[in-house]
Amino acid sequence: MATLIKIRQVVQDSWQLLEPTADGALPTILPQGDVIVPLALWQRDREKLLARGGRLGVWLQSSEGPEAIADDLAQFEVIAVSFPKFTDGRGYSTARLLRDRYGYRGEIRAIGDVQRDQLLYLSRCGFDAFSLKEGRDPQAALSAFSDFSEAYQGAVGQPLPLFRRRFANAPDGMEWS
Amino acid sequence: MYIYDAIDQRLVDERVAQYRDQTRRFLAGELTEEEFKHLRLRNGLYIQRYAPMLRVAIPYGELASRQLRKLAHVARTYDRGYGHFSTRQNLQLNWPRLEDVPEILAELATVQMHAIQTSGNCVRNITTDHYAGIAPDEIVDPRIYCEILRQWSTFHPEFSYLPRKFKIAFNGAQMDRAAVRFHDIGLRAVRADDGAVGFRVLVGGGMGRTPILAPVIREFLPWQHLLTYVAAILRVYNRYGRRDNIWKARIKILVKDLTPERFRDEVEAEWVHLKDGPETLTIEELERVSTRFTQAAYERLPASDPGFEWQRQTNVAFARWVERNVAPHRMPGYAAVTLSLKKTGTPPGDATADQMDAVADLADRYSFGELRVTHEQNLLLPNVRQRDLYEVWGEARALGLATPNLGLLTNIISCPGGDFCSLANAKSIPVAEAIQRRFDDLDYLHDIGELDLNISGCMNSCGHHHAGHIGILGVDKQGAEFYQVSIGGNQGDDASIGKVIGPSVAQDEIPDVIEKLVKTYIERRDSEHERFIETVRRIGLEPFKEAIYGNPHQDSASSARQLAVA
Repeated sequence: MATLIKIRQVVQDSWQLLEPTADGALPTILPQGDVIVPLALWQRDREKLLARGGRLGVWLQSSEGPEAIADDLAQFEVIAVSFPKFTDGRGYSTARLLRDRYGYRGEIRAIGDVQRDQLLYLSRCGFDAFSLKEGRDPQAALSAFSDFSEAYQGAVGQPLPLFRRRFANAPDGMEWS
Repeated sequence: MYIYDAIDQRLVDERVAQYRDQTRRFLAGELTEEEFKHLRLRNGLYIQRYAPMLRVAIPYGELASRQLRKLAHVARTYDRGYGHFSTRQNLQLNWPRLEDVPEILAELATVQMHAIQTSGNCVRNITTDHYAGIAPDEIVDPRIYCEILRQWSTFHPEFSYLPRKFKIAFNGAQMDRAAVRFHDIGLRAVRADDGAVGFRVLVGGGMGRTPILAPVIREFLPWQHLLTYVAAILRVYNRYGRRDNIWKARIKILVKDLTPERFRDEVEAEWVHLKDGPETLTIEELERVSTRFTQAAYERLPASDPGFEWQRQTNVAFARWVERNVAPHRMPGYAAVTLSLKKTGTPPGDATADQMDAVADLADRYSFGELRVTHEQNLLLPNVRQRDLYEVWGEARALGLATPNLGLLTNIISCPGGDFCSLANAKSIPVAEAIQRRFDDLDYLHDIGELDLNISGCMNSCGHHHAGHIGILGVDKQGAEFYQVSIGGNQGDDASIGKVIGPSVAQDEIPDVIEKLVKTYIERRDSEHERFIETVRRIGLEPFKEAIYGNPHQDSASSARQLAVA
C-alpha cells in the first residue's frame, strides 16, 4: 500500500486512484473499494458509481476547475487535484475555491508532481493530503510545513491576514512586534 | 526607508534557512537540476553564461546607506568587486558561487535585505517612481502601498506558480514616472472629487516579444480594496493564463485574447467574492506601515539658497549638471540629486564596491542616509540641501558619478547583454559604449536635448528598447549579432511603443545609424524646443528611414546595400 502525508503525518493510503488507459479511454468495469475516479468518469457513470459499495473520490486535472463538481461535493470523501508539473499552479486556486467558496470539508489531496518544497503553500491553500512524487521520502518532507512560522496573507485555516491579527491582539492600538 | 519589525525579520531569516537547505539538498544530489532551478529562481539565482547571477531585491528602489555598504561588502567578498543596477531597481551580482549564495543571503538579512521573488513565475519586486515621497506633484506616497503589496505578495501561497513572471508598478504622482502602462499591473494614484484616494488599475501591459500598452481595467479603485482586487486579477490569471507556450504566457496575452472588456468582467465577477473580505485594508494598517518608514528630519529652509544660485550663475559646468541631474523637492531648500552610472566606458548601471561605499558616505553626509535606485539605472540622493549641491557635485565628479546626462542620449538604459546573459542574442554594453563615445561632445549632446536611448540584447526587453525614443534590439541572424533599430517609443503619460525603421544592421554601423537619426531630427525639428520624440510623432518615420536606408523610390539599391543590410 502506498504512503500518503495526511494532516502532517505519514499514513498508509487506502484509496485507489483510477486513471484512464493510455489512449484516454475510461474503464468499463467499475472497481470495488475506495476509489478516486477521473472527473470524466464521474460525469459518465455517476449513478453506477453511487450505487457501488465503497467510498468515492474524484480527481481533477489541472485544467479542470471546481465549478464542474460544485453541486456534487457531498458525494466525495476525497477530491484529488493533479499537478502534471510542479510549476503548474492552477491547483492552488482550485483548492482555495473548494474550501473558501464551495465550503468543501473533505480531504483535498495533491497528486502528481508533488514535492517537499510545495507542501507549505499547498496546505495553506486547503490541501490536507499529499501523495508525493515517486521516490521521495515523505518522512523527510514533513519538516516543510514548518519552514515558515508566520505569513502575511490570509489563507485557508487562517483567513485573517497578519495585519488584522496584529490589531486583534492589541485592540487599543498598535502592536509593535 | 521602511524598517522591518520582528515578524518581517523572522520571515527573511527563515527564508535564508530554507534556501540553505535547498542548496544543500541540491549539492547532495537529492534535487535534480530542473527541480532546483525553480527553487533557486524564486531566490533570484540564475545560471548565466559564465557563472551564476544573483539578483538582490531593492523593494521599490529604496536603499539605506548601511544596505549599500553591505552590497559593496558582498560584491567585494563574494564577487568581483562590482554590481549592476537593473531597470527593475534591483542589484545584480554577476559572479557569485552557487555554494556561497546561502551565506550571501544571510549577510543581506542582517541589513533587512533579501533576494525573495526576484525571479521565477511569481510576483516580482514592485517598482515605483524614484521621486516617491519627495516629488512636488505627488498625490499619495506610493511607497506605503508598495510595502503593503510587497508583504502581501511575499510567499503568497496561491500565486507563487503563475503561468509567467508578474510585474507590478505604482505611481503616486501627477506625472507617470513608473512606466505603469508597460507592466502586468499598473496602479496610478488618483484622488476622487471628494478627496478619497484610489487607484486607476491598468492590466496587461508589457514589453518582450509582444509589446502592449496596458488598458485601463478600472478607473477608480478605493485604496481599501487594493489587495482583494489584485487577488482577483491574479486568480483569473492563475486559472486561465496560457501555460502551453512560454511566449504567450504573460497576462497581456490573456487580456488581449479575452479583450480587456471580457477580462474585466472576469475580474469583477471574481472580486464580488473577495470584496470587503478580511484582506480589505484598514486605516490602522495604512498608518502602521507609514510610521515604520523613517522620516527625514528636514530643516526649515528658504525656497532658494543664494550661495547655490551664485554658483549656478558663475559655473557653467555646475549649472549644466544642475539642469540635468538635479530635480525639485517638495520641501523648500531641498533637491534630489541623480548620481549617474552612465559614464562613458562603464557599462550602464554598473557600480564598483568602492563607488558604493563612497555613495553610502555621501548619503549619510548629505541625504539622511537615504538612497534610491532609479529604473533608468542610476542612483539618487533624495534629500540634499540646495546649499550642499555644489559640494556634492564636486564629490560626485571625483567619483565619476556626475556625468550631466540625465534625460539625454548618453543616459543609455541597457541590459547586461551577451557579455553576461545566456538569453541574449547580442551584446549590449559595447554598443552603448560606442554610442556614448560618438556623442562625447557635451555641447552637442545638450543641443540634441532630451532623448531616451534604450538597448536590449534580446526580445525579453530588459533594456526597455520598446519604450526608448530610440530603441536598439539585439537579434540573431544566422549566428551573427545584428541590431534592429526602432524610434518613437516613450515611457510616461503619453507612453508609446517604438516602431522598427527597417532591416537590422551590424554592430559597427550602429553609431552611424544613431548619428543619422539625430541629424535628421536636428534638420527637421521646428525649434530647439521640439524634442526628438515630438518630431518623430509630427513627421513620421519616413524621413528617418530615408536617412538610413535611402529613398526607396529613387535609388533603392545602392544606399541600402552600403549598409550591409542583413
